[in-house]
Amino acid sequence: MKSRSIKWIWTLAAFGAAFSGPLSAQEIKVGLSGTFTGPNASNGVPYRSAAEIFPTTLAGHPVKWILLDDATDSSIAVRNARRFVDEDKVDVILGSTSTVTAVAMSDVAVEAKTPQIGLSPMAIPPAKLPWVFNLPQPVPIMVSAILDDAKAKGLKTIGYIGYTDGWGDLNWNALNQTAKTAGIEVVSGERYNRTDTSVTSQALKTIAAKPQAVFIGGSGTAAALPHLTLRDQGFTGPIYHTHGTVVKAFIDAGGKAVEGALMPTGPMVAASELADSNPIKKVSLDFIQKFDGKFGKGAASPIAGYAWDAMLLLDAAAGDALKVAKPGTPEFRTAMRDALQSGREVVGTNGVYRYTATDHYGLDERARVLVEVKNGAFRLHK
Amino acid sequence: VTFTIAPLLIQDGLTNGLIYALLALAILLVFVVTRVLWVAAGDFVVLGAITCALIQKGEVPGTIYILAALGVISTALSLWRARANLGPVWKRVVLLELLIPLGISALAYIVTPMRPPLAVQLALVVALVTPLGFLVYRVAFRPIADRPVLTLLFVAVAVHYALTGLGLAFFGSEAFRSQPFLPGRIDVGFTRISWQLILVLAASAIMMIAFWMFFGRNLWGKALRATAVNRLGARLVGIRPEAAGDIAFTISALVAAISGVLIGPVTALYYDSGFLIGLKGFIGTVIGGMVSFPLSVLGAVLVGLVESFSAFYASALKEAIVFALLVPFLLWRSAFEPRGQEDDH
Repeated sequence: MKSRSIKWIWTLAAFGAAFSGPLSAQEIKVGLSGTFTGPNASNGVPYRSAAEIFPTTLAGHPVKWILLDDATDSSIAVRNARRFVDEDKVDVILGSTSTVTAVAMSDVAVEAKTPQIGLSPMAIPPAKLPWVFNLPQPVPIMVSAILDDAKAKGLKTIGYIGYTDGWGDLNWNALNQTAKTAGIEVVSGERYNRTDTSVTSQALKTIAAKPQAVFIGGSGTAAALPHLTLRDQGFTGPIYHTHGTVVKAFIDAGGKAVEGALMPTGPMVAASELADSNPIKKVSLDFIQKFDGKFGKGAASPIAGYAWDAMLLLDAAAGDALKVAKPGTPEFRTAMRDALQSGREVVGTNGVYRYTATDHYGLDERARVLVEVKNGAFRLHK
Repeated sequence: VTFTIAPLLIQDGLTNGLIYALLALAILLVFVVTRVLWVAAGDFVVLGAITCALIQKGEVPGTIYILAALGVISTALSLWRARANLGPVWKRVVLLELLIPLGISALAYIVTPMRPPLAVQLALVVALVTPLGFLVYRVAFRPIADRPVLTLLFVAVAVHYALTGLGLAFFGSEAFRSQPFLPGRIDVGFTRISWQLILVLAASAIMMIAFWMFFGRNLWGKALRATAVNRLGARLVGIRPEAAGDIAFTISALVAAISGVLIGPVTALYYDSGFLIGLKGFIGTVIGGMVSFPLSVLGAVLVGLVESFSAFYASALKEAIVFALLVPFLLWRSAFEPRGQEDDH
């Protein structure tokens, strides 16, 4: 059940509008639709926060950011996408911030020949490849960090407890796929809902299958429940989580019991612990400083970093596209798409992006590290 | 299922089932007295749980603003509705709908940062959430108490959405989990029983006995029963159905608040988690035919047990199995206890 959507429309580029007057028709327009309310609100809100510190120009050209809430509802996401292309005539669509809503929007983006950068991991079918880009690390890249670690620890078996929804499926499929190559056997697969009040049954069944480690395909606070239950029922092996748990709320919810939990994440989480030679370090620290400056110390999360990376990608692409065409035209939208997939490396907070015409995921293993919960904080796992 | 796992599953099912049972009681009480299908019962559980988690952290919960604002709105509405004849009512209205809610809010605002002992914390949670039930009834339902069940249901759904929205606004989108009161398990030989279960068992037993005493012995309880049986008849013998509604909603919120306190340490609760919990309590009341308190309790416990075992055997299909429980009971009810589409009692 979702609350009726309240539409947030923030014109962040008031600056551009006020100064350029009649020229404002030529500003670059970017539409961002996110899950700012509804079941996925906890993953959506950081994007909205990051958008508040977005610059007012892209490659020196005024930009108007148009933010809409889709309430984690696919039909509203589609309506937002339609509004973006029909009324606002945006040059690029960002979003949405959950897999289901992002996929829903991509039909409109492809139809309107407008580049879309999905802000939640999504599969891109060939038909959509020309216009749809995926920004966050694809789940298999993340899950492979878990199996690398399990292999290094000499483990042979792993169990799984994950959400019943698409997120649980993505991680379950990625686990099976990467476990095979790592030579690790998946011995159990249980499911739960993020609103469940108990996962005792699933934990007991998992323990009965005697895995050496367990991978929990959850996110945020709701991922703490299986972890606590497994420990309560006497499971002592390593417990891995998805990168969806790298939020303070997870540690708050789990307390002492989630100490030692292992999860892959973008390098931003451990930015200060990265080697100075890593280009991601500088970009990450810069973003963290800006974000924390506005929202308080420790507020920056990799999720907010994705929004920042989308902005950086657009900033890099706009420089090229502006040389070819004027914003607001179909030519400019095509030019933006071409600039995005030009094969140039763009260093973000969560990885180094390099999109090509055939690869719209654009990330490699530089885009993830394995972190550990240590003394109530996420630390690089060594 | 082995010998060691079954007792653990039963425990788990009981812990959840008893909380659903408390909710079933809250829902059924409101239904029989006011004919409102209390969709928002679960939201009160979440309010209780989140308020408890925040007070434990020493943070002033947003609940105090909801309570204070609702108090002011309710007072204004009640006074306006009674404007033709203010004399006899205004003192009562100001005391019940304005001074008490504002007083509790102020008290919570002052006391919470002082990190009071656990008992005071729990008293604060209950004191903050319980009057909300009363105020919601006064604002939303009392003026339309004689409308058809369907109208009341629509309003209840609206109240549910309003509460969910307020929850998001005041508590944010992240989940809350309160500290356990009694962590760990006690070894009883063949299995280890969690202290949480013992706590839930004790609390629900006390509340169910209190229910029984209230309706069996207390004059107000009898008045409530009379209203439930026949509103017009109750009115004829001098019981005001409006007052009965006040009490039913207050008790319902009290039960929900206590359930919230009990469930808070068990799981992480989001601002919108209440609906599903309420729905499971509702299945309990349907199993009880929407009339029988003891059968509702049994039904809700059954829901908890089925949930626990289906999560073990087919975790991906758990919700489907739990809600499919409704089907045989509805078939059975409609086949063996046919009743007309009566709207009044």
